[in-house]
Amino acid sequence: MAKTLFEKIWDSHVVKEGNGRSLLYVDRHLVHEVTSPQAFDGLRMNKRKVRRTDLTFATMDHNVPTSNRSLPILDQTSATQIKALERNCKEFGIELFDINSPNQGIVHVIGPELGITLPGTTIVCGDSHTSTHGAFGALAFGIGTSDVEHVLATQCIWMEKPKTFEIRVEGKRKNPHAITAKDIILSIIRRIGTAGGTGTIFEYRGETISELSMEQRMTICNMSIEGGARAGLVAPDEKTFDYLKGRRYVPKNYDKLVEYWRENLKTDNNARFDKSFTLHADTIAPQVSWGTNPAMTIDVTGKVPFPEEYAKGNPEEEKAATKALQYMGLKSGTLITDIELDRVFIGSCTNSRLEDLTEAAKIVKGNKVSSKIRAMIVPGSQHVKKQSEELGLDRIFKDAGFEWRESGCSMCLGMNPDILSAGERCASTSNRNFEGRQGSGGRTHLVSPVMAAAAAIRGHFVDVRELDLN
Amino acid sequence: MEPFITIKSIATPLDKVNVDTDQIIPKQFLKLVQKTGFGQYLFYDWRYEKDGTEKKDFVLNEPKYKNSKILLARNNFGCGSSREHAAWALLDFGFRAVLSTSFADIFYNNCFKNGILPIKVNEQVLQKLFESRSEIEIDLQKQTIINDDTSISFDIEPHWKKILLEGLDDIAVTLQHNDEISKYEAAQRNSSLGVS
Repeated sequence: MAKTLFEKIWDSHVVKEGNGRSLLYVDRHLVHEVTSPQAFDGLRMNKRKVRRTDLTFATMDHNVPTSNRSLPILDQTSATQIKALERNCKEFGIELFDINSPNQGIVHVIGPELGITLPGTTIVCGDSHTSTHGAFGALAFGIGTSDVEHVLATQCIWMEKPKTFEIRVEGKRKNPHAITAKDIILSIIRRIGTAGGTGTIFEYRGETISELSMEQRMTICNMSIEGGARAGLVAPDEKTFDYLKGRRYVPKNYDKLVEYWRENLKTDNNARFDKSFTLHADTIAPQVSWGTNPAMTIDVTGKVPFPEEYAKGNPEEEKAATKALQYMGLKSGTLITDIELDRVFIGSCTNSRLEDLTEAAKIVKGNKVSSKIRAMIVPGSQHVKKQSEELGLDRIFKDAGFEWRESGCSMCLGMNPDILSAGERCASTSNRNFEGRQGSGGRTHLVSPVMAAAAAIRGHFVDVRELDLN
Repeated sequence: MEPFITIKSIATPLDKVNVDTDQIIPKQFLKLVQKTGFGQYLFYDWRYEKDGTEKKDFVLNEPKYKNSKILLARNNFGCGSSREHAAWALLDFGFRAVLSTSFADIFYNNCFKNGILPIKVNEQVLQKLFESRSEIEIDLQKQTIINDDTSISFDIEPHWKKILLEGLDDIAVTLQHNDEISKYEAAQRNSSLGVS
């Protein structure tokens, strides 16, 4: 029977079926400081061990400061959590990329970077943006802390089989430097809604997806969860295999695996998806979110919508949009390009990789950050930081007035000192514009790295298509 | 985990769609390293003024819902972050069941893992419950919701029903299949295409 890519990966990982759910084997388990302490406590309490320390990797990213790493961590609760991870990894024998490791970084940036992420594998992590790894054709999804404990103890996870959802992006983008992967995924979420993918796994397909680089595919898969899907997949191709080749943790049988993946890791021609959605790339403009969830997004050329216009007859959504506008301090009918900003954040597991920073630097080069704005670049990992510095990107950003920080999740969720003050408005390359996400009372507008860079310079949103990006 | 059999209580109506886990438990409370004590921070930014006093107009602060065990929520409840702290906070506050038209996948799982019953009901049923002022009784064994003398049945995956009714430790259940897990691992080890 013809199968989708998801079904192939699923079937090859079923250890046991039972009572309406399946026990799946987990090939890679990524652990970080915030969602793991209670899981390790559970192991200790029940005198259980970590079943496969060789398949488990840990780093600290969520609450680490992005300032000078030689200074002690001032926030005692953060320090406690970081210490707990160090102690737990030591006690249970797990490899840890700690705050001083050259491999430290956001867990979803370092997984691919180190070759831990592989096509056809199952990957879990106590973080919803684990969907990022799907860019490599891995079935990767976020789990809660109870499941972190379950995977540590058993290397398996129980799941009900999700449905499949094909997302096709067809055609060519008119200006690929201005219309980025971020704009593609925001355009998708805007149309299917934040619950559009609930109970499903996305597979992104079509000409536009094939043309994207690995880093761009990661941006798309990363935000699958914002469309409600627990995971998103892109079938691996030569770009995938080239990206991973020679990376530190790829297995010795890599070439043999590639041969197998090339033949097998794709959706069969006659396979059927439970749902399907198509977007045409030539209709996509740079996107800016205006509300308090990622579906509340509009073209940069647009205006802040009226609640009824957004809700399309759904009274609950209309109420939510009214509240969102109130929270965001925005008036319906305002041109998006008239929205003035206080802060700019370029970073997060969505958009903090080398290509994101390279593209942003093209806009910034020779310009100055607007005097009204505090702008910050937080590379996704120590490797991204180092590579950027070798290319001189740090100089471009610093000369323009950006802060150039150490790697971590930073202001994407504001668990470390990088937060917005109440009422501050931020153009952010992160993934969630929820109320208070970047700081209590803070106002987040989700955009691509080039849109954020341009906004930093002008002090308000600009249509990056009007700038020379080549 | 405490078994879930029946509960009866007034329901707290949270009339808002797409409630994300960042609202259920804001990030500043994720730094705790235990599972208890999160109830005081539940819906923190919606529940408290800047000076720490309770916001009068937020439903959880209304005295009549003080001992409520059931939360009524709108579509796509628990979306966003995978933080299980959201389930811990709901449980610690006293909620044992959440009713909505839909839940985000990770949150839905996290509820069961902590003995909270998330029930999916259709729009009409949810609306009726939102409008009702009387107590709601939930019987997991019979899979019924009783309100104003009407009984409504609900669906639940059989494995979750068993786990909740018996208060089972999921890890202990899985470890009963240790031989099968070892067999899977051995096949991987012996395969030239093994990755684990």
